[in-house]
Amino acid sequence: MGMTIAEKIIAAAAGVEEVKPGDIHTVELDRLMSNDGTTHLTIDMYYKLKHPRIADVNKLVWIVDHNVPCDSVKTAASHKKMRDFAKEHGITFYEGAGVCHQVMMENHVTSGELIFGADSHTCAYGAVGAFGTGVGCTDYLYAMVTGKSWLLVPETLRFNLTGKLPEGVYARDLILTIIGQIGANGANYMAMEFGGEGLKTLDMSARIAICNLCVEAGAKTALMEVDDITRAYLKEHGRKPKHEFTSDADAKFAKVYDIDLSKIKPIVAKPHFVDSVVDAKECVGTHIDEAFLGSCNNGRIEDLRVGAEILKDKKVHPLVRFLVVPASAAVYEQALEEGLLKIFMDAGAIVMNPNCSVCWGSCQGVIGENEVLISTGTRNFKGRAGHKDSFVYLASAATVTASAIKGEIATADMV
Amino acid sequence: MGKVFKFQQDVDTDQIIASQYLLFSTIDEMKAYTFESLDPEFASKVKPGDYVVASENFGCGSSREQAPSVLKALGVKAVIAKSFARIFYRNAINIGLPVIVCKDLHENVNPGDEMELSMQEGVVRVNGKEYECTKLPEYMQGILDQGGLIASLNKED
Repeated sequence: MGMTIAEKIIAAAAGVEEVKPGDIHTVELDRLMSNDGTTHLTIDMYYKLKHPRIADVNKLVWIVDHNVPCDSVKTAASHKKMRDFAKEHGITFYEGAGVCHQVMMENHVTSGELIFGADSHTCAYGAVGAFGTGVGCTDYLYAMVTGKSWLLVPETLRFNLTGKLPEGVYARDLILTIIGQIGANGANYMAMEFGGEGLKTLDMSARIAICNLCVEAGAKTALMEVDDITRAYLKEHGRKPKHEFTSDADAKFAKVYDIDLSKIKPIVAKPHFVDSVVDAKECVGTHIDEAFLGSCNNGRIEDLRVGAEILKDKKVHPLVRFLVVPASAAVYEQALEEGLLKIFMDAGAIVMNPNCSVCWGSCQGVIGENEVLISTGTRNFKGRAGHKDSFVYLASAATVTASAIKGEIATADMV
Repeated sequence: MGKVFKFQQDVDTDQIIASQYLLFSTIDEMKAYTFESLDPEFASKVKPGDYVVASENFGCGSSREQAPSVLKALGVKAVIAKSFARIFYRNAINIGLPVIVCKDLHENVNPGDEMELSMQEGVVRVNGKEYECTKLPEYMQGILDQGGLIASLNKED
């Protein structure tokens, strides 16, 4: 019986020939990422263990990215706990280097790996063909102590991509379209696998944006076929694939979707659900108070280039705060070198250090009662960006930047 | 018997416990803010042994384990929903909070109803009627029975 990419990675990690959906296996994990959203609780649990220990410290990567720099005395205590523990145990540790998933993609992840991340958007790692999945701190601690965990083999939804995205349409429009089509739980417990000729037209930044958002359809993981673009990305970052898996011709998929990229249009996800998507044109004219260009989903150099190109020689609307937050220090430096940050600042945007920012609504840029944000972030849940009675629209870097100029939701062809 | 607290579909983890409380030092400090945006009085009204009943896709969104943890810390006996988002579901089992799938319950209960859950029989009793629940896979029931995933680590000598 043929296997999917997800099944092959789990089989390899479990040390068995074959797995099938519904099986539960004990798997060896390649890498364990945790950030400041939950690590302080993991550490407390660690010290309550009868025999606290770490199976392989080289697998651990800890990243302070959610509230960095620190926003309160309570956060400072949680960060200090994490920093001290990492130092004491020799754990690879980043603080201020960027949003965890971007840092992981730039420095650690490779094809064929099985990775637990204490963050739901860990599914981003599928962009290079790694099985990344989000876990809580109990799961994380168990894996940290034993190097292993239990995993239920998911069914796979296959997305065959054909064609090429039209000019001015981005990966973010594509994945929001797919989430709108299958629904917020359309891939619950499942893997979402992407392949086909259309995939070859998407660069690594686009691939990360697509995989990263799959959890918004409930997916356990997202996986893409490895190709020359993957190999070039890994080589550029000094890594080699562990395994290069593709689904067998007779692999069994729960469902197969054929997506013609040339048919995708600019999309907006309306409050308060990621699957509440409409043609961006339907939202044109909606008042906004703040715009956000950043996050693990859409804060890479490619996204900043899109924004800067639209904003060049124009001004941010005087009543809008436009927050520009590169996804990593590497992205920040490159944007500086390319003159992009100057374009943003000259136009009146607020450029900030790499971090999760308003995408997670607790650190910086939070919005007040009845305020409206248009965002390249990951979620538009009620209260996600600040006050419980506020509103978040999700869109591409192009739509967000155009909206920041107009002071209301606008598409790039309108500015 | 416990009281029913009823919620609708797609209740996300930000609504269970919002981001601004996650870096508080302990779950006990956070629990007062449970469901703050949906029912600000939830934390003060809920009593140990009460139930959360929801529709589809309960717990979607982030992987924050604080979401099931605050419910457990407030004494919620079980969350019973039509379906759960997977990370919440897994986290709940790992910390020993029962999460029960029951397809027919949601439409047939009201907030404040007195309800009883028998995990062994796999049924919920409320308003004089019984509703069958989906059984957990054996492996996951085993984790719940031993008191969560960490308990298995502490069994070792």
